[in-house]
Amino acid sequence: MIEEMDEKVKKTGAKVESKPGESRKIEVVHQEPSGEVKPVKMRAAQVCAWFGGKQALFSVNMDIFEREVTAIIGPSGCGKSTLIRCFNRMHETVPGSRFGGTILLDRENIYDPKVDPVAVRRRVGMVFQKPTPFPTLSIYDNVAIGLRLNGTRDKKTLDEVVEKSLRKAALWEEVKDGLHRAGAGLSGGQQQRLCIARSLAVDLEVLLMDEPCSALDPISTSKIEDLIHELRQNYTIIIVTHNMQQAARVSQKTAFMLNGKLIEYDATEKVFTNPTNKLTEDYITGRFG
Amino acid sequence: MMFDYQARRHFVDRMMVFLCGAAAFIALVPLGSLLWFVILQGIKRMGTPGILVAITVSLVLLALPYMIYKYLKHLPYLAYPLAFLAGLWVLGLLGQLWKVASQIDWKDMGFFIHTPTPVGVPGGGMGNAILGTLTLVAIASCVGLPIGILAGVYLSEFGKKGKFAWAVRFTADVLSGVPSIVTGIVAYTLIVKPMHHFSAVAGGVALGFMMIPITTRTTEELVKMVPHSIREASWALGVPQWKTILLIVIRTAKNGILTGVLLSIARIAGETAPLLFTAFNNQFWPTGINQPTASLTVQVFTYAISPFEDWHDQAWTGALVLLLLVLAVNMAAKLLFKNPRQLLR
Repeated sequence: MIEEMDEKVKKTGAKVESKPGESRKIEVVHQEPSGEVKPVKMRAAQVCAWFGGKQALFSVNMDIFEREVTAIIGPSGCGKSTLIRCFNRMHETVPGSRFGGTILLDRENIYDPKVDPVAVRRRVGMVFQKPTPFPTLSIYDNVAIGLRLNGTRDKKTLDEVVEKSLRKAALWEEVKDGLHRAGAGLSGGQQQRLCIARSLAVDLEVLLMDEPCSALDPISTSKIEDLIHELRQNYTIIIVTHNMQQAARVSQKTAFMLNGKLIEYDATEKVFTNPTNKLTEDYITGRFG
Repeated sequence: MMFDYQARRHFVDRMMVFLCGAAAFIALVPLGSLLWFVILQGIKRMGTPGILVAITVSLVLLALPYMIYKYLKHLPYLAYPLAFLAGLWVLGLLGQLWKVASQIDWKDMGFFIHTPTPVGVPGGGMGNAILGTLTLVAIASCVGLPIGILAGVYLSEFGKKGKFAWAVRFTADVLSGVPSIVTGIVAYTLIVKPMHHFSAVAGGVALGFMMIPITTRTTEELVKMVPHSIREASWALGVPQWKTILLIVIRTAKNGILTGVLLSIARIAGETAPLLFTAFNNQFWPTGINQPTASLTVQVFTYAISPFEDWHDQAWTGALVLLLLVLAVNMAAKLLFKNPRQLLR
């Protein structure tokens, strides 16, 4: 599969560089027209997706760059959520769904039959539209559960990881005095940050966010956006959003999708100021959608 | 014109409320009188717990006039006379109750710790039958609960639409409506006949059979109530499917499942028919689950059809103990179920 991908990598103009002594972790890189070379964290190639007989994605090609925020915008039903759910193999959990194409994580095709989807989801976490803290668990347990269910029992390690994750999610100061209160008792914004902390607690590399702020008020939204800026230092983030201002604020790259096709994918500044495609321009200026 | 319509609508509305309220009150009469009879007849032989029951019932009765007053406070012309009448009635009932209760030997626990005595010998009890009922319920739970709960999880998590799931669901629905004596015959044929004697195991298995459909269906419904987003959240954390179900989904639904379990226990604890020819009866303390075992229900049945006054009294007391047992289990279930939304907390 990797050989096959190499072919595709060559075709798309990117080159594969191997570092000496690191045969497994060869990075996929992408060369910008300007000559700048950037490491690619995830690469979608010819991604198609179906729900039953209905095709939702039509051969999407997309490079997600390491430690950058990639925003996916588009009208409702354009396939943005489907695409983001393909990145951690959540798409296949829907009964009757099918997938075609390849998605690379570092250099590994996550759709290779040998790859365990559960292992993929540990590296590629996801935050959903509605905050989904586990209702029976305390704040502490909500964060610790990912590790616990994957076999970590040591109390000290758990304590450390919980604190670290909550700090990273900018929630620690607000909850440190009541770690054993119910997670469902927090406000919506806090719950969403709790869910982010929960994803960070496992060995996360890429964070997928499926409209993380659409159920939140403006203040909670701005907190999440600040958090995204913080997290970008260490993680690669893909965010689906309905809110174009939000995409412009938080992302370095923006993808515009329409009817299951990727219409335009470029630097955020370029997409919002000088889009190449007429459709993108129409959408951004509010002429449809 | 406007006023007319309003007045008429108001009148019709009042009438309907009154009709429904009256029907509800009439529905209360048979239930209330059943409870009253069992309590009145049962506390005689009950000893210490009998006094406690009498005190509790008295307190509830004393609160009745006040409750009537409170509910009808906005209708003073109805509330005062009704509360007054209720007060008189309650006094009458209390007199009746304490006339019986005053005969109780309040230090006597014999009914709960003694085995039955031959006719004419005083001081017999149903200790072995109470223990037997608990044993039977325990065996039934061991048989019925694991199967029922896991089957319910299967139906809601894996077999949503399959033909197999449909068959299981249909069978469970039919089985939960089957007369319990049929279950008894089946257990008799399957267990008593090959073993050549009655036993607690046979009775427990018969009751366990009855628990399976109830727990299967309640578990299915409650596991279905767990929002899909919680499962997805768990998968997205890299938690395998089986751990998600066991540790997230079942844990989220656990209060509800526990309620279903308690209700199914309350349902089978009062069964007589399937025990008549499986666990049978026993005059002595049980020596093992392989022996015929007394149970409250069968003992009540045996005593009630006997011609002896003393045994009749004991049958009433047995019935009251059974009733309190079921009441306790139901109360526990209600406490767990207090707020349906809490089921998912």
